[in-house]
Parts: sequence; structure tokens; C-alpha cells
Amino acid sequence: MDEQVKTDDNNQHANPTDRAAPPQHGKMVAKLVVLVFVMFGFGFALVPLYDVFCDITGINGKTADQAAVYEAVDVDESRTIMVEFITRTNTGMPWEFEAQTRRVDVHPGEMAEVEFYVRNPAGRDIVAQAIPSVTPGNAALYVNKTECFCFQHQPLKAGEEAVMPMKFYIDPQLPDDISFFTLQYTLYDISAKAQPVVDVAMNNS
Amino acid sequence: MSASTDTISQDAHDEHDHHEHHIPKGITRWLFTTNHKDIGTLYLWFAFIMFLVGGAMAMVIRAELFQPGLQIVEPNFFNQMTTVHGLIMVFGAVMPAFTGLANWLVPMMIGAPDMALPRMNNWSFWILPFAFLILLSSLFMEGGGPAFGWTFYAPLSTTYSGDSTALFVFSVHIMGISSIMGAINVVVTILNMRAPGMTYMKMPLFVWTWLITAFLLIAVMPVLAGAVTMVLTDKFFGTSFFDAAGGGDPVLFQHIFWFFGHPEVYIMILPAFGIISAIVPTFSRKKLFGYASMVYATASIALLSFVVWAHHMFTTGMPVAAEMFFMFATMLISVPTGVKVFNWVATMWRGSLSFEIPMMFAIAFIVLFTIGGLSGLMLAITPVDFQYHDTYFVVAHFHYVLVTGAVFSIMAAVYYWLPKWTGRMFDITLAKWHFWCSLISVNVLFFPMHFVGLAGMPRRIPDYALQFADFNKWISVGGFAFGLSQLIFLALLIKACRHQGEKVSDQVWDGAEGLEWEIPSPAPYHTFETPPIVK
Repeated sequence: MDEQVKTDDNNQHANPTDRAAPPQHGKMVAKLVVLVFVMFGFGFALVPLYDVFCDITGINGKTADQAAVYEAVDVDESRTIMVEFITRTNTGMPWEFEAQTRRVDVHPGEMAEVEFYVRNPAGRDIVAQAIPSVTPGNAALYVNKTECFCFQHQPLKAGEEAVMPMKFYIDPQLPDDISFFTLQYTLYDISAKAQPVVDVAMNNS
Repeated sequence: MSASTDTISQDAHDEHDHHEHHIPKGITRWLFTTNHKDIGTLYLWFAFIMFLVGGAMAMVIRAELFQPGLQIVEPNFFNQMTTVHGLIMVFGAVMPAFTGLANWLVPMMIGAPDMALPRMNNWSFWILPFAFLILLSSLFMEGGGPAFGWTFYAPLSTTYSGDSTALFVFSVHIMGISSIMGAINVVVTILNMRAPGMTYMKMPLFVWTWLITAFLLIAVMPVLAGAVTMVLTDKFFGTSFFDAAGGGDPVLFQHIFWFFGHPEVYIMILPAFGIISAIVPTFSRKKLFGYASMVYATASIALLSFVVWAHHMFTTGMPVAAEMFFMFATMLISVPTGVKVFNWVATMWRGSLSFEIPMMFAIAFIVLFTIGGLSGLMLAITPVDFQYHDTYFVVAHFHYVLVTGAVFSIMAAVYYWLPKWTGRMFDITLAKWHFWCSLISVNVLFFPMHFVGLAGMPRRIPDYALQFADFNKWISVGGFAFGLSQLIFLALLIKACRHQGEKVSDQVWDGAEGLEWEIPSPAPYHTFETPPIVK
């Protein structure tokens, strides 16, 4: 009886509940399941894709996270770019954080050095990470830092203070429509995550 | 051989006549069922219960917003209500309702005996109640449930959320797995199990729109699963996908979320287009105008939905070129959508119209969905969106497309196919009350939201400035009336499930065409055991 049910085409449909999925379903299901996993992977692939895309276009205002080498370029004295510095600390981050120089006027290609003051008024040691952000974002590609505190994390003991230098020059290729931009640093308390962050920094270098 | 074949088909025939002997009884019928009609019924009842639960949360929201100031609930609880209301309505009401309709109708429309993978079908339904049990139980946890909005933007969901976020993440995982299994089932059923002669361009539009919807689900639900997984590891396991301090970027969250989120809104509207395309020709007693253009329009909407996601993010500080691209790509979607609306109107043009309940809901859908589509076009204009972003104008827009769009289409579908399911005509008086009460109250509820939104009232805030008080009072009154109107629907459905009402013919509606109208009413437990020949 069983055999007859299998050999009879009409009866394949006779009792849907007892019918095993015919083999042709298996192939298509397998394809669709692969598609599901590919799309799950694609969701995660968006993370590095986003970073690469932003690195190339500079649209999220992040500057490079590694030191640039100063190349002896011609200083373009016909243009003067005003750079403003803004500092802020993330919610719950107790440090005092201030730009010693609020604003500089530089020619593209000219080296400039600015300093930032930090103090840890809290009663505990804190490790901080500064994250830069440039507005308008497309200027970020043309800010070359030869030295920046933001390349490493910044540990301060309770009550300690420090002055952190940052050296940069603006690429003369900076688009003509940009005559000033703002460079903002946000300090994050990463004491809890300090170890993973070191790992990330090592992976990047 | 031929003799034994005869015996078997004789058995099958007997089974047909006395099928009540073969339908399992009691709770195990529903727990262990692999019958597409049973599972469709389960999905539809589950969706309706979730619609009432999510609706009750909307009532809490509207009660709090009845007057300015804080009267009834704490702001944190208010945030949980807006969040869970959104999650339940999207993942618990609208999506399962469409899946339920697909289960009931797709096999009957293409002449298949059941879904392709009946056991997986059972599983994809029965994990859903657990997902929502987990989500709802999180409301009773210390610190409350998710309060970061249904969009769970980082860092709200990573840094500033409670421990119940883990429950939220797992419940979304389960909902996602359920949707993906349902979608795989629909795709395999439609591609492999069509009756002989049922070519692709002969498939009813509901089948077409569901095929495309299922591919959208398979493409984007895994991305949502990835997004919630990243939120989970960011919050509990120290990763930094969305944490700037660790090298991540919170804006990245919005890109990943809306890469899922925009196709998701079409997942919730494409099957509605299929339903309206079935109902309008029936009650116009004409063939659908422009069948092929409907198919191509649906496919183009689905493809375009993958390249417009950043229109939800105009205010995050994108370059002008990107804003222009997403603005024009979004506006482009109104072309295929306009084709659809045009085709429905052209179908009605010079038709022998009659206004039975499903047709009334369908016409309400066409008018009100178009209003929602137009406010969507306004939101697509980048400079204007800077003003409208995160105001009640957005709330008005997506409730017009989701409530008077998706939900009205589901109600239209239930009224249209319910007599086929139960074999009896539903209570027409109650249905008329349900229609008119819903239609009037839903507009009192959502239309003034446009005005308070344009005037700057922000969404997701439990309090508002005094000048919005009058409008909000009316919005709340409309909200309560719309909520109560759904109890009429509940009464009607209970009556229908008790098999009260006049018996209907096999065709039910005299203009109805399609395979599902050729089988007896009520639809037997097993249909199309022998595939029909489609000419």
C-alpha cells in the first residue's frame, strides 16, 4: 500500500499531512536558506563596508586614526583656512577638557600645532579616548595629523592634569568652497573597555 | 495496479465526504496541525489578538496625551508603550495577518493541496506566541521593557537601555526566524506547486505580491537579526559596533536598521496591493485593468525599496549629493505606486459597481492610502523633511499607510474571504457599523496629527505645549472611538466562527473569479488533492 501511494502521482497529494516534502523542494529550500545566511552575513559586512566607504569619501567627518607624514608641499598662501576647535565630554565623563587654542588661521600646506588641556577631577583613575569629528564632513579627508592624542587612549590618575598636543596640516587639495571648518573632539570614558580598545588599536596598525 | 489505484482514489473520495472524521479534535488539532487552513486561521487569530493588545497600548498613549501635562503614566512607561505598541503592530499584527492570509489563500489560488513545507509551517507559527510572550513579559521586569522606540536606535538601545534589552533582542530573533520560515514556505509553494496551466502571468495578484514580499522578507529579516545581534553584543559583550569610543559609529546603526526598515514597510503593503487587486475587479464586474503593469509595478517597488533607506536619516548630516540621490529615488517610488492606484480606478471606471463590505474597505483603502502616500512624498523632500522629521506629521503619514492602508486591506480581505472560510455570510449589519465607525474615527484620529505635526509637535513625548491641547483632545477621542469600533469586528468574527448566518454559494460574490471560488463553501479541510487544470 505504501509503495503504491509513492508510485501514484495523484496520491502524492492525497494526504498532505503524511506527505514528505518532495525532493525538488529540498533543493529550492537549500538555495533560499543559503540566501538567508548570505543576507545575515551582509548585515555584518555593512560594518567594514561603511568604514571603507567613509574613509574614501570622508562623509562621516572622521579624520584618519593614524599619523600622517608631513610631505614638504608648497604652502598655498593665497588661501587662509580658519579652523575652530570644540571640545566636549560624553555623558557621565567627569573630565575637564578644553582647547587651549580655540581657533587658528592656517594656509593649506602649513604645519600648525594646538594644545588641549585635560584634568581628571574624579577620585578614580580613568582611561579616556578622544574621537574627532570634522564639520563639514568632506573636509575630514584633507586634515592630515602628524601627531594627535587621539591616536592613543589617554590614562589620567585621580586629580592628574595634562596638556595634549596635536599637530596637523591641511592638504592644499582642500576644495575651494571650504574656507573654514570645525574640528570637534569628544572624550569618552573607556576605563571599563580599555583592554578591548587596545586590541582594536593594535589590529588597525 | 489500476484496480488498487481506484481503491485509493475511492478512499480519498470517502475521506472527502466524511472529512469530519479525519479532522483531529481538541487542542492537539491546533498544536500539531500541518493543514494550511488551520495554520492560516491560527495566524489570523493571533494577529487579531495582538492587534487588540497593541491597540490597548495605543489607548494608554492617547489617554496620557488627552491633556497636556503628565496625568496617567510615568514618562518611562509611556516610552515603553510607544515602543512595544510599534513592535507588536508591525511584527505581531500586520505581518502575521498577511502570513495568515497567504496560508489560507495561496494554495487555494494556485491549485495546490497545501503549503510546500507543512511541518515547518506549523513551527513557524508556534514559535510566534513565545516571541511575544517574551517581549510582553519584559514589561514586568525591574526597570521595565524596551523604551527606546521600535527603531531601537543606538545608543538608546545599547548604552541607555535596561537589562530587558536582552529579552527584546531574543524576541526579535524569534519573530525573524518565524517570518523567514514563512517566507521560504511561500516561495517554494508558489514556484513548485502551481496547478498545471497556472503560468506566472496567470497567477492572481495576491500570489504575485506575496511572492515578491517573501523575497523581500528573505533579503531583509536576516539584516534585522544582524542589527539586533550587534545591539546585544554592544550592550552585554563589550563590542563597539555603534560605540564611537571604541571606533564604531552610531549612525552605522541607522544605516543597517533602515536597510532592513525600508523594505520592511513594503513587506507590510505589497500584499495589501494584492488584496485590493482581487476585490476591486470582483465588485466592478470587470477584469483588473493592466494586470501585467501591476506585476511590473510591484517588482519595481520592491527593487527600489533597497535604494531609498537613507531618506529616514536626512537630518544625520549627509552630504548634499546623497540627500539628493535618496530624495529622487524615493520620489521615483511614487511612479509605480501611482500606476497601481490608476489601475484600480481604471478598473472601477464604467464597471457595474456594487458596494458590498469588502468593496467599501477597498475604496477606503485606495483613498486613504493615497493620502498617506502623498504625505510620504512631502517627507521625501529633503529640505522639508528637516522641518517634519520626528514630528506628528511622520506619525500621521505612517499610520495612514499602515492603518488605513495595511490594516484596512486586511479587514477587506477578511470580509471578502470569510464566507468562503466559514460557508456562511457574516453579519452585514455589524460589518456596516464596523466600517463606518472605523472610517470616521480613524480620520478623526490621524488627520489632525498632520496639523500638530506641521506646527512642530514632536513624536514619542508624553507631554506637549499648550497650543496643541485642542487637537490632541480630538485625536484621543478619535483613538478611543477607533479602538472601540474594533470590538464590533471582534463580535462579528466570533459570530462567524460559530457558523451563524446564511449559507453562501460556492462563488459567494457574483463577480468573483479564481480557483478559490470554484471549491465548495465552506472550503473543505483538504482541497485540490487532484490538481485542477487551469486554462
